[in-house]
Amino acid sequence: MMTKAAQRSAEGRPQPLLEVDGLRKHFPIRRGVFSRTVGHVYAVDGISFHIDPGETLGMVGESGCGKTTAGKTVLKLIEPTAGTIKLRGKEITGLDPDSMRPLRREMQIIYQDPYSSLNPRMSAGNIVGEPLTIHNVALGKEKEERVAALFERVGLRPHQMASYPHEFSGGQRQRIGIARALALSPSLIVGDEPVSALDVSIQAQVINLLMELQDEYNLSYLFIAHDLAVVEHISHRIAVMYLGKIVELTDRQSLFEMPLHPYTEALLAAVPIPDPKAKRRERIILTGDVPSPVTPPPGCHFHTRCPYAMDRCKTEVPELRKIQPGHWVSCHLHDSGPMFPLARPRNAGRSID
Amino acid sequence: MSIEVKELKAAIDDTSLPVSGQAETVLEIDDLRTYFFTRDGVVRAVDGVSYSVRRSETVGVVGESGCGKSVTALSILRLVADPPGRIVGGAIRFEGANLLELTEHEMQSIRGNDISMIFQEPMTSLNPVLTVGHQISESIILHQGLSKRDAMDKAVEMLRLVHIPEAPSRAHEYPHQLSGGMRQRVMIAMALCCNPKILIADEPSTALDVTIQAQILDLMRELQDKLGTAIVLITHDMGVIAETASRVVVMYAGRKVEEASVDDLFAQPCHPYTKGLLGSIPRLGLAAKADGKRAPLSEIAGMVPSLFNLPMGCTFAPRCAYATDHCHEESPPLEEKRPRHWAACWHTDRLLGNTE
Repeated sequence: MMTKAAQRSAEGRPQPLLEVDGLRKHFPIRRGVFSRTVGHVYAVDGISFHIDPGETLGMVGESGCGKTTAGKTVLKLIEPTAGTIKLRGKEITGLDPDSMRPLRREMQIIYQDPYSSLNPRMSAGNIVGEPLTIHNVALGKEKEERVAALFERVGLRPHQMASYPHEFSGGQRQRIGIARALALSPSLIVGDEPVSALDVSIQAQVINLLMELQDEYNLSYLFIAHDLAVVEHISHRIAVMYLGKIVELTDRQSLFEMPLHPYTEALLAAVPIPDPKAKRRERIILTGDVPSPVTPPPGCHFHTRCPYAMDRCKTEVPELRKIQPGHWVSCHLHDSGPMFPLARPRNAGRSID
Repeated sequence: MSIEVKELKAAIDDTSLPVSGQAETVLEIDDLRTYFFTRDGVVRAVDGVSYSVRRSETVGVVGESGCGKSVTALSILRLVADPPGRIVGGAIRFEGANLLELTEHEMQSIRGNDISMIFQEPMTSLNPVLTVGHQISESIILHQGLSKRDAMDKAVEMLRLVHIPEAPSRAHEYPHQLSGGMRQRVMIAMALCCNPKILIADEPSTALDVTIQAQILDLMRELQDKLGTAIVLITHDMGVIAETASRVVVMYAGRKVEEASVDDLFAQPCHPYTKGLLGSIPRLGLAAKADGKRAPLSEIAGMVPSLFNLPMGCTFAPRCAYATDHCHEESPPLEEKRPRHWAACWHTDRLLGNTE
């Protein structure tokens, strides 16, 4: 039996658990008496990635970059506008809800807010046991036993099954959410900011739990978060999103040591380091705000804030290309081979204005 | 290094300005107790907290939700809702006066004028039906007695100071027309328009994206250098503390458990809670260096105790790896464990590895 890392690096890669290709989700904006469509929010605008069995793909980006929509669309909780999603090689994009249902057992989600994602009128035991009933997996005593086992596994006590969500702390509620996601032994769990609402000391407990569970059940995670340090800690590979597109996708070590997209570079430099003596990366302060996804800038979406922007960035959309083995970047800076550290090419200066 | 420079600057400021009584300290919180009297019992949200703030310095107050860091700040401005909250003891000294003894009218001339505050969520602290220029000029008119037109000019000038582009036209916009980062800049402009001596910032960058957070923290540093404002920075983010504060107060369950300079605190925490907090933060870059292997984070076991039902003795003892019977019986006093480094723990020696 090969280790997971060896499996990943081996020539004949195993079949990915999840393959996403050219995924788009555009929300129409409707106005007026006849609800005419006057425009679109380009929430997810053509993203492609895969997740191997037992792997964590981290997805980072700032608010409004489409990372949450991406996660929900992958699970078909939102219908995609275009693109394909394959689970174990089987396309699930066109499936109707009935044919989707058995596949839902394979794909679960953990939400950010443990307060609003649990029904306050159901006991914790019923919340965790509900998926077992819906999918006819276990009933009666067997169900009780499985729920009790799940409670123990996520660090809750079985006698707490009769308690209601309000009787638990934030961290415990997130554990209930995790137990519910685990109930059907899924292979993929989408975590949508699963630790962002928790206190620092509780956050560490939940991150450790998620990592243990992954090793134990060979789970795959799509881990969506805005906190780069958390994502880096838990992920094998990381996708950086900006305005609906993936701008960089690579393993976490390369991302940290050799960021090849100017946005990634700026993100890394902006994270405050919890060490007053640390030598800080040269801080690149991005000016301005993220543009609206309704009217994304032409060309490279990032050119309005990019310190290295060139003329062509304003008109030509850079494709996500493989710059180095396993390192995908969408940036014109690397058109003639990888460039690190990043700098504006000498003969491609800006227009004089 | 930068701290020395800052202190030097503060010292220069001191000599150039008339020194009144205590040379450096601008605010002194002394044994503050703020309790909430609820139907279910008394919550000791702040239970004997003391710290002081010197001119031009940034004091970081760090702790998890419910530790009393925000209630302490609200108590300084006497903004705790009464009922159910009440300040039941202690003193808050500002320029020789005890703020707790002032009348509500006197307090109003201090709020937003000498001491001002910015909050976490700028949208809820701005009035949605007034233009931002109007809102900034309101306090200028109130505290400095300028005419409407002059106040508006000053407001525009403040918006320029916080680097809002096209300030004159932005001043006529409403909060919903601005982005989150812009709104926080407006809040800062509003807080600083009367040139306060103390700015209390309660999680000023928590609701913002990381690139915007960097902008806002940089802005606060820049303005502090320019205006010499003392800042009380309340946050749960150790990274923000490390990059902004010169001195740090760590709070747990309504009490101060540790206080030190930022360098000392991070280099050698003297309280197990601080040590645990520092160990439980994922650090950028460290994980990547571990040969692709993902190591677990160190955890603090258990959870923050309910303030309704605090444990006997040291409130951290039930979660502490160093706890002994003594800790469960008697609450440890705050002691100077190392030069200018205070902690409330019976076992700092063991924590630092000085014995055994």
